[in-house]
Amino acid sequence: MNLHLSSAPHAHSRESTTVLMLNVIIALIPCVAAGVWYFGYSALITVAVSTASAVLAEFIWQKCARQKVRIGDLSAVVTGIIMGLNLPPQAPWWMAMVGSAFAIIIVKCMFGGIGDNFMNPALLARGVLLASWPVRMTAWQAVTGWNSAVDAVAGATPLVNPSVYTRLDLFLGNVPGTIGEVCKVAILVGFAYLLITKTISWRIPVAMVATTFVFSWIFGKDPVTSILSGGLLFGAVYMATDYVTCPMTARGQIVFAVGAGLLVAVIRNFGNYPEGVTYAILLMNIATPLIDRFVKQPVYGHEKGVRKQNA
Amino acid sequence: MPNKKKSLGAIVKNGLLTENPTFRLVLGTCPTLAVTTSAMNGLGMGAAATFVLVFSNLVISLLRNFIPDTVRIPSFIVVISTFVTIVEMIMKAYLPALNEARGMFIPLIVVNCIILARAEAFASKNGPIASIADGLGMGIGFTCALVLIGCIRELIGNGTIFGAQVMTAGYESMLLIIMPAGGFLVFGTVLGIFNAITAHTVKKKEGSAA
Repeated sequence: MNLHLSSAPHAHSRESTTVLMLNVIIALIPCVAAGVWYFGYSALITVAVSTASAVLAEFIWQKCARQKVRIGDLSAVVTGIIMGLNLPPQAPWWMAMVGSAFAIIIVKCMFGGIGDNFMNPALLARGVLLASWPVRMTAWQAVTGWNSAVDAVAGATPLVNPSVYTRLDLFLGNVPGTIGEVCKVAILVGFAYLLITKTISWRIPVAMVATTFVFSWIFGKDPVTSILSGGLLFGAVYMATDYVTCPMTARGQIVFAVGAGLLVAVIRNFGNYPEGVTYAILLMNIATPLIDRFVKQPVYGHEKGVRKQNA
Repeated sequence: MPNKKKSLGAIVKNGLLTENPTFRLVLGTCPTLAVTTSAMNGLGMGAAATFVLVFSNLVISLLRNFIPDTVRIPSFIVVISTFVTIVEMIMKAYLPALNEARGMFIPLIVVNCIILARAEAFASKNGPIASIADGLGMGIGFTCALVLIGCIRELIGNGTIFGAQVMTAGYESMLLIIMPAGGFLVFGTVLGIFNAITAHTVKKKEGSAA
């Protein structure tokens, strides 16, 4: 007889990695659609290439390492889509491939596969692309519409000169930027879907955006424009909330989000780069084990001060 | 002394593969990361380190019965730094261009852990001939590792190998690989592959023996 022994908890849930990942994919659809609407078919091709190469990279790695092929859990699809949405719309296809392959093979698989990566794969891959091809990654294309006669119009990121764009433009996404980050409406729709399906909690996105709001205000910037421009909302909703790389406890998640929000405001206002969401979240990813260590869930039955007396 | 029974060829092979200083002993990682931005830099560093390694091994092996145990480390360092100074002077005299470009890394050979490690682990316990063989094996193993990492980084980060254009003209080089972070990435990846291959061959050997 085969007895199955396992540690607590024994309660079963219908939730599986595949279902959670499917929810994230559904929540990403508005962002993809908005990106295609604003930047045309090339945006769709970029996202498709990055998604396909992420899945292929995971398949090849698991075949070569003789591991069980787990591309069916859709986590590589999510990484691929987020990677694609993190690229500027006119990014060449090979950049999407390199980014996805790096995210899956080096950031995820080499550290032990799903659940063991210590940084968000898509985000670190974005950082790598940013360091490797800085010109291509920051050559923003102005919005042309999905069937415009003009292929691309180069422009600066709204963060360099925010006064050019109205708040409504920033909110609707009528601004240059990466494919996924421009349309705040789509991001909020995706956020609402993730909240309704309980895929993520509100804590990290809300606390992170609120912190950036407050500190941009303190640093003398227009706080509303600050939170509407750049990749802040996209990063806060889709990348800072990655289960693997954010703290486990509710209080820890707040610490994580406040840290990330503060870093975004600091990098934007005092750093060399106009945008700091990528580095802010990556730095807090690294700090996550530390946060988990110091912010612990009180154990049931634990009385305050008892441990001190014993010690 | 088990090392005495080994043939000279086996000692050289030991440094090249079985105990490759970079990939098996993971010693001397600072120069491995710092100078491997191109294949040529790796070769230069490896050659200089090999020279120092062979001669310091020889001298320390000859002096091994005269050096008191309590002051052996300072004595080794004196011997090693003597040869590093010789390398530095030769470079200044005959290769001024190379010295201008990479000279700052040469004095650092003194504190390269591979050289001190071999002095401590091998030369101070073995005869001069075996010590030369060990220095040669270790030095060549180190050089091969540096050239390999240098080739990979130069190819991806600059599109060339030993300065010769390899990639087509349309290739846009990946700057990160030339940067310090790229050094860690390439070193870690090659180290991982090396270990995987070693583990595989060891398993195979055990399998055929059983």
